[in-house]
Amino acid sequence: MSEESFDAIIVGAGLAGCIAAYVLAKEGADVLVIERGNYAGSKNMTGGRLYSHSLERIIPGFAKEAPIERKVTKEKVTFLTDDTGVTLDYHNGRKQTAVEESYTLLRGEFDQWLMDKAEEVGAQFISGIRVDEVLTRDGKVIGVKADGDELAAKSVILAEGVNPVLGEQLGMVQRLKADAMAVGAKELIELPQQIIQDRFNLNDNEGCAWLFAGSPANGLMGGGFIYTNKSSVSLGIVCGLHDIGNSSKTVPQMLEDFKNHAMIQPLIEGGKLIEYSGHVVPEAGINMVPKLVDDGVLIAGDAAGFCLNIGYTVRGMDLAIASGEAAAKAILMAREKNDFSAQGLSSYQTLLEDSFIMKDLKLYKDLPEFMENPRIFNQYPKMVADIMQNMFTVDGSPSQPIRKTLMKHCKEVGYMNLIKDGIKGVTSI
Amino acid sequence: MSKAVNVDVKLSANKFHVDEGHAHIILKNNPDIKEFRKLINACPAGLYKLEDDGSIRFDSAGCLECGTCKFLCGETILEKWEYPRGTFGIEYRYG
Repeated sequence: MSEESFDAIIVGAGLAGCIAAYVLAKEGADVLVIERGNYAGSKNMTGGRLYSHSLERIIPGFAKEAPIERKVTKEKVTFLTDDTGVTLDYHNGRKQTAVEESYTLLRGEFDQWLMDKAEEVGAQFISGIRVDEVLTRDGKVIGVKADGDELAAKSVILAEGVNPVLGEQLGMVQRLKADAMAVGAKELIELPQQIIQDRFNLNDNEGCAWLFAGSPANGLMGGGFIYTNKSSVSLGIVCGLHDIGNSSKTVPQMLEDFKNHAMIQPLIEGGKLIEYSGHVVPEAGINMVPKLVDDGVLIAGDAAGFCLNIGYTVRGMDLAIASGEAAAKAILMAREKNDFSAQGLSSYQTLLEDSFIMKDLKLYKDLPEFMENPRIFNQYPKMVADIMQNMFTVDGSPSQPIRKTLMKHCKEVGYMNLIKDGIKGVTSI
Repeated sequence: MSKAVNVDVKLSANKFHVDEGHAHIILKNNPDIKEFRKLINACPAGLYKLEDDGSIRFDSAGCLECGTCKFLCGETILEKWEYPRGTFGIEYRYG
């Protein structure tokens, strides 16, 4: 093993890793980021939308220089069945502060920019090297082994993403069960800028974030999404893995059918597929957060299960950024006392507990279980569509009072189910 | 009705650095078909295939490295699951 010992070696140049490197290097710590892809972001993908608050606090005004795509000003949520769509459409024309804004982005470019920022303040970065092993001595992490080389470090941050191979190796992360996971598949579809703006009713730099519940995931937990970029559209589905063995459709088929839905197809007509990507989404919230700190090691970002799916919005990147910052701060504190033991690094846990990450994860702790309810993805979208159809269909037969129409469709789902789900739903958000 | 998807066409839009001779995912011999079916359904790259004659086929080239198969069947029908070696595998130009 080499003589030099870094204050921190960070595995993975995603958002958590890049930010941890930035915060550490800025304070003069000796830090190395190791990424198995050929550049930061080359293995990463997002839906993707970034809520800017956590990054804004670390790099104020980042959106002016970072390669972002569009500022989200339109939010849409659609209940989709095979042949209908009922949409809630919100345009936000109000002035937002920088921390309230959110942006669509693509990670290939964005992560490289963030890594550059970290390198500017002194972080070292090597790409194209896979970390094979975390080295320990007497139960304490002392470095990593990558491509046959052993590199010494006083601390290691595992920011290795949703599939934490090294975290599992150390026994900190239990192999997640499939029912805690979902899989996402996305197409990036290129379209001229003006066509995107016309079809989605957007001004110059405005963007649209659009989520779909119901048929996209073939009745399983999940849904579809569309995010508008500058000159492309990110279109995808997310599907829970819990019951995937019994699905009548494959995940790629779900995406294809969603894309060809009569409501979606005209939006992307004439577009060209320029990339196809897949990713696992941690869905279990606080229930899947692993052991976050041990002697000489911290876990951040997706690897720590920091993801929030609240149904009408999905968050992971803002949590990754804040957890990377917290990990860096904990290491800086440990460095002052020269104590990189679990005890010396324990401020990571405290910083997380005091931040929105743990507070939000705790707030929504019952939501993952609620979301497993198949009625949300099957019966409710159909119920809403049926009500709409009755309301908007005029065929000369005598009209029924709307109240009666509503009651009829509610009865199909069952009043008790509605009440039960209503109470459960309201108490879990 | 729904058009059958051709995932290979989609994958061909991607940039891959294939590590010839080093498969990073290896399937056990004679895998349990029920488990295999989960992967047919779940793999976003459609790499787990059932042929018309009932035989199964799997090739790790074209893998998006999402880990879905590891989470679903890591203990049951996968002999090995690891990330490709450094520099190899999928390279997202956009992400």
